Amino acid sequence: MRELSYDAAVIGGGAAGMAAALEIRAAGLSCVVLEREEHLGGILLQCVHNGFGLIEFDEELSGPEFAERMEEKFRASGADAYLGVTVMDVEDPGDRKVLFGYSAEHGILRVSVRAVVLAMGCRERNRGNIRIPGARPAGVYTAGLAQRLVNMEGYLPGKDVVIIGSGDIGLIMARRMSWAGARVHGVVEILPYPSGLTRNIVQCLHDFGIPLYLSHLTSGIFGGDRVESVEIAPIEDGAVRFEKAFRIPCDTVLLSVGLVPENELSKKMGVELNPMTNGPWTDSMMMTNVPGIFAAGNVLHVHDLVDYVAEEARRAGAACARWIRGERPGRELRVKAGPNVRYAAPCRVGPEAPNKLYLRTLIVKNDAVLEVRLDNRVIQSRKKPHVQPSEMISVTLDPKDLADAGPDSTIEIAIL
Amino acid sequence: MGSKNFEGGAYDVAIIGAGVCGANIARRLSQYELKVILLDKEADVSFGTSKANSGIVHGGFHHSPKYLKARLEVQGALMFDRLHRELGFPFRRCGIVVAALHEDEMRVVDQLYRQGVENGVIGIEMCSRERMLELEPKLNPDTVGGLYAPAGGIVEPYRFVFSLVESAQRNGVEVRTSFKAERAEREGDLWRIRAEDGASLSARYVVNAAGLFADEVSRAFGAEDYTIRARKGEYYLLDRMTRARPDRVVFPVPTSVSKGMLVVPTVEGTVLIGPTAEMTDDKSDTATTRERLEMILGNARAMIPAISENDVITSFAGQRPVLEEDFHIEPSGKVPAFIHVAGIQSPGLTASPAIGEYVKDLLKEAGLRLVEKPGYDPVLPDRPRMFDIDHYQADALVARDPAYGNIVCRCEKVSEAEIVAAIRAGHTTLDGIKYFTRAQMGRCQGGFCTYKILKILMRETGMSWDRITKRGGGSELLSGRL
Ligand SMILES: Cc1cc2nc3c(=O)[nH]c(=O)nc-3n(C[C@H](O)[C@H](O)[C@H](O)COP(=O)(O)OP(=O)(O)OC[C@H]3O[C@@H](n4cnc5c(N)ncnc54)[C@H](O)[C@@H]3O)c2cc1C
Ligand SMILES: Cc1cc2nc3c(=O)[nH]c(=O)nc-3n(C[C@H](O)[C@H](O)[C@H](O)COP(=O)(O)OP(=O)(O)OC[C@H]3O[C@@H](n4cnc5c(N)ncnc54)[C@H](O)[C@@H]3O)c2cc1C
Repeated sequence: MRELSYDAAVIGGGAAGMAAALEIRAAGLSCVVLEREEHLGGILLQCVHNGFGLIEFDEELSGPEFAERMEEKFRASGADAYLGVTVMDVEDPGDRKVLFGYSAEHGILRVSVRAVVLAMGCRERNRGNIRIPGARPAGVYTAGLAQRLVNMEGYLPGKDVVIIGSGDIGLIMARRMSWAGARVHGVVEILPYPSGLTRNIVQCLHDFGIPLYLSHLTSGIFGGDRVESVEIAPIEDGAVRFEKAFRIPCDTVLLSVGLVPENELSKKMGVELNPMTNGPWTDSMMMTNVPGIFAAGNVLHVHDLVDYVAEEARRAGAACARWIRGERPGRELRVKAGPNVRYAAPCRVGPEAPNKLYLRTLIVKNDAVLEVRLDNRVIQSRKKPHVQPSEMISVTLDPKDLADAGPDSTIEIAIL
Repeated sequence: MGSKNFEGGAYDVAIIGAGVCGANIARRLSQYELKVILLDKEADVSFGTSKANSGIVHGGFHHSPKYLKARLEVQGALMFDRLHRELGFPFRRCGIVVAALHEDEMRVVDQLYRQGVENGVIGIEMCSRERMLELEPKLNPDTVGGLYAPAGGIVEPYRFVFSLVESAQRNGVEVRTSFKAERAEREGDLWRIRAEDGASLSARYVVNAAGLFADEVSRAFGAEDYTIRARKGEYYLLDRMTRARPDRVVFPVPTSVSKGMLVVPTVEGTVLIGPTAEMTDDKSDTATTRERLEMILGNARAMIPAISENDVITSFAGQRPVLEEDFHIEPSGKVPAFIHVAGIQSPGLTASPAIGEYVKDLLKEAGLRLVEKPGYDPVLPDRPRMFDIDHYQADALVARDPAYGNIVCRCEKVSEAEIVAAIRAGHTTLDGIKYFTRAQMGRCQGGFCTYKILKILMRETGMSWDRITKRGGGSELLSGRL
């Protein structure tokens, strides 16, 4: 068994993993990234559309371009990367942590480190998760798998397509499948509003004349060997009207019904998860409940912008380095999701340094107000022209405002 | 799977249907100097009822001793330990509990207990509420009492069939998939069996183990006219991370038509809940329905309250081939050298090893000469699985074959080498590979690994992209090249 030793290891070489490693190296520590695939970049590699990098690189890039730029920085930092290595296990015998990575090239790698950054990204929810009944023919794919097949392998999964769920991947695939010569017969969304970004609704559906069925439940998938139709039923005043259900003929169903942080490995290590995000609870140093294990990017909570992923991961990497050097979280304030807020991450902050929080709202609203309260006292209030669950909101706390926080103080964030 | 032509004369026995019955019969016959062929209309073996059931090795208390199926169930159940040692398929005697939620159900429990004793089941026990909750702490605290059958077990049904077929093949049985027996006529002492696509072969004896379609096969041979009806059973499968996994199989108190909906801790660590029991007119209908699935969740929760819909990873359905109350296993009274193995509903899986034995005896009575084969080897070589071994064993394995280090399916920890082994064993559809290796069976249901498996499949078989299917027939996965 090949043995390696570093100050820190990062599991996953997507945007988050590379950004975290950069900062660990910048602090003068040794760092290795372990990535399952043969390339660095993660999910970015299959997102050939534009819309990445406005913050990190100050220009609009495609996913692969963003990944390439990030990889250049990563290589320049002197961090190591092992590709084609799947981390299957992390042991925590005490002082050091031991990772076991499986690879065809290197056999089993035993990597001994002082700290770990989790950056495993997320996976797609599938048909079983949303319990669509019916037959089980060929032709049902998650949108991300279809994206992979089209953009990276060069195959068209089908010709007459219905997309279930109006998440961004689904919307982008509606356009991509249309470009590839398929007919997209509709996007079906159970909620009364779309769950993808507004710009994607316009550019991917409206521009192609693809109907969007809001407030519709997918009540069945039918077919023998291959998909033949999808049945959908309207939801009116909160009740599904099955008697009004109708079928849309198609040979392919793409599911874009949400992403789930990939935390099976984390759970095995004893990392506790926030049920609202399915990602770890983290403290003011982006550390999980297990000392020395940090998390960032989609494994922590699902992001819609890679620039936020990179920013968050840089903070996690820097904090990981400070932790290795002996710094420990100081006094912490608890962050609470208040009215109309689904979650805020991280869930604890330190009162001294400037703190950046990411949150998602539960509501769709124009002319909303974001309010930050310290023990019921409003310390920040900002106008938001439009909020919706699919668009992540960021807020930076000013240490000045937290100066008179007491030991049991709580920060609450509300959208009004 | 199997050879394309049938040179070299007639077979001694042709078995129609490679489900768990056909497979057991084939393997049993492979011990003798016989030329045997196992036929199936599907692209792979075990694609019928034998792939979608509860996978229980039953406890021998559900059926009255007056039935053949009760005898074969008890006998078959006893044969699993040895088969498991020889073939290595996933199997465990985890025990079965029957939980009564109302006092009046205890009457039926009492009856089951006496039935079990009459059937000769060992170790069966009537339980108080306290004993039940001790045996299965996740049970509903309102449980009033029940039954415990410690010898009951769980098996992965398709892997059971695959290993039986592989063992039979190693001992000389030929297997031919995508062969739908459609017509047959007598040619002297032989049956000539013709497939849908024009291929044909001849055999001295025919065993009709065609499951749901045994009626059609019987008619094609001019044998008895009967009708097999289908009773559908729907299921939910829960993630292995669920907190609701019981230690034992949990049954409700049965009704007159079915054993009821169970909670099964599968051998592979997931949890199965179901099945329903509903007659259908369409034998190919394995669709699940909203109403039934809701019913399953409700019923399962009544027994184990911790069951949550959030743990659901997939749903599926299977169909029981229903003919009469009992199994119908006997030689045709109308045509020669033709044996019916029909109407094998539950406990068919449990009984199947005994059915193999029983059919061997029927063939012998019908004049088939059984001479032991000297080189018969009952043991299948061990096939390593990354899931089962530790990091040090894994390292040694990767040193031998690097493809073991390439993890293709992360949810179920399946390596490239295991996928390749499945393909080389003849499983060349996505579903075949899934059932053989478990790749695509975990929580992401193939979201990550499907394209990897596609590529390995094309590389290993030389098939082009447009010939890759989910399960044969018209189930192509891809419709164009960009
Ligand atoms: C379809 C789609 C469209 C998007 N569009 C935009 C857009 O237009 N603009 C924008 O800014 N953002 C967009 N995003 C969001 C953004 O790109 C992602 O959120 C971001 O790239 C995620 O980075 P990550 O590093 O957290 O995860 P990932 O990129 O998923 O990286 C995780 C990595 O970890 C590896 N890994 C996982 N488990 C293991 C293990 N056990 N061992 C070893 N390696 C492991 C994986 O192979 C993967 O490479 C889009 C996302 C998607 C999915
Ligand atoms: C919901 C459900 C739950 C069950 N649970 C259990 C359980 O827990 N324990 C238990 O012991 N039993 C259980 N059973 C019963 C058990 O699954 C069946 O008894 C058993 O699988 C039947 O096997 P078989 O070989 O007879 O049929 P099958 O597996 O259906 O095999 C018949 C084969 O014949 C092939 N075939 C059909 N026609 C032709 C033709 N013309 N030419 C060539 N091939 C043909 C088919 O493709 C098929 O592969 C359950 C059944 C169901 C449906």
